[in-house]
Amino acid sequence: MITLESVTFRYGTGTPIFDHFSWTAARGEVWAVLGPSGCGKSTLLHLLAGLLQPTGGRVIIDGQPLTRPRPYTGLIIQDYGLLPWATVRENAALGLRIRNFYGPDGTHAPRDYRPTLEVTPWLERLGLLEVADHFPGQISGGQRQRTAIARTLALHPDVLLMDEPFSSLDAPTRESLQGLVLDLWREQALTLVMVTHAIEEAAFVGQKILLLGQPPNREAVVLDNPGAGSPSYRESEPYQGMCRELRARLGGR
Amino acid sequence: MKRRDLFLATATLLVLWQIFAWIVRLPILPAPLVVAKTLVVELVKGDLWRHFLASLWRVVASTALSIGLAAPAGLALGQSRKLSKVFLPVIYILYPIPKVVFVPVLLLFFGIGDLSKILVIFLVLFFQILVLVRDQAAALRPELILSVRSLGAGRRALFRFVYLPASLPAILTALRQSIGTAVAVLYVVEFFATNLGLGYYIAFQGSTLLNYPAMYAGIVMMSLLGLSLYFLVDRLEKTLCRWQGQ
Repeated sequence: MITLESVTFRYGTGTPIFDHFSWTAARGEVWAVLGPSGCGKSTLLHLLAGLLQPTGGRVIIDGQPLTRPRPYTGLIIQDYGLLPWATVRENAALGLRIRNFYGPDGTHAPRDYRPTLEVTPWLERLGLLEVADHFPGQISGGQRQRTAIARTLALHPDVLLMDEPFSSLDAPTRESLQGLVLDLWREQALTLVMVTHAIEEAAFVGQKILLLGQPPNREAVVLDNPGAGSPSYRESEPYQGMCRELRARLGGR
Repeated sequence: MKRRDLFLATATLLVLWQIFAWIVRLPILPAPLVVAKTLVVELVKGDLWRHFLASLWRVVASTALSIGLAAPAGLALGQSRKLSKVFLPVIYILYPIPKVVFVPVLLLFFGIGDLSKILVIFLVLFFQILVLVRDQAAALRPELILSVRSLGAGRRALFRFVYLPASLPAILTALRQSIGTAVAVLYVVEFFATNLGLGYYIAFQGSTLLNYPAMYAGIVMMSLLGLSLYFLVDRLEKTLCRWQGQ
């Protein structure tokens, strides 16, 4: 589904963040990308979203080399992703409004797209109906992030990219949203890539974990974490073991 | 602002005015009631309303012109680093120059009609609105732009769904601040080469005819002009920027 082919990326003339870096994620997998700040996690996500172009090599998603944001890829960022002047409902419908604005032209919206502004089922699914007419400034951080999820899922993506989506939330909200995202991943058959700096989050969500270190990143360090994703995994021994291993690897760098 | 508070404020000002009039006891400060009588007479029998309409037209036309040109220019500058780099220094040099000093120049080039007067007010307002809108557009968080781009938005959609709504509050703030300035500049430009407009009316009644009650009637009309525009902007802000007050 996602392939990085010998990707090199640097900002300006600095040290490359990625240097001939290759990595593959299969359809339907759920990945956590973990690493210290400055390791290039967000850069990786922006490359996958088509918001940045690699200096060298290719990013291929669903068989197509990526040159611009792809209509079937959703991106959710930590904060500030919502329009402060639009209500929850309007925010959730923003992606659809943008598609309606361009029409089904194949670049901004899929060719088979049929104009709609229907987001009520998504608001209902994400428990946002009662705050649908509120502005982002009037709702909680968890509700804001659920609005961002509704906005993205309303576009029926097959790839969902999340950039530290829950790091500004309190622990109970964070855990319930992690569960929600995993449910949605199963329901919607998504390929999910979640960037995080939290070891526990990576170990709980990521069935596969990509570890990044201080740039330049040359080799993809991948850990398998097959038990991840089930609600009870957090209490299990393999989860604890994975946390210990991730901690050791991050600390050892 | 509540209607009741507004009424109370007006009443207080009128009472103060009356007290001062009693203390001063000079023709240059007539009592409010005298002015009110003159105002009605001037409106009904005289041509004060024609002066009012002339002034209203000048303020509204110049304000519309300023917004129409400054808002898109500010948005463009706020969006593009390149454009900002080229034009911003020029704007910052021109911004603090008091534009009123160009009245004679504009009169020379654009004649003594409405156009030169509208252009002076336009010059003053243009820079105020431009700078505010630019700052607002430039202050948009890059994360917000990125996340909207990831929804498929290109330049046109970003403009329509992000930059334009984001700069509305700045445009309205700029407008609100500009109205006072616009009315002040109006008075100055109507001093020159015209016999129509509240500025002319006030100056003519006050210093030529020494008809002080009529002069105050003109001042009242000018205040009403500013006040009604101010309330109009206030109303617009409440409707268009509902999200800000909450």
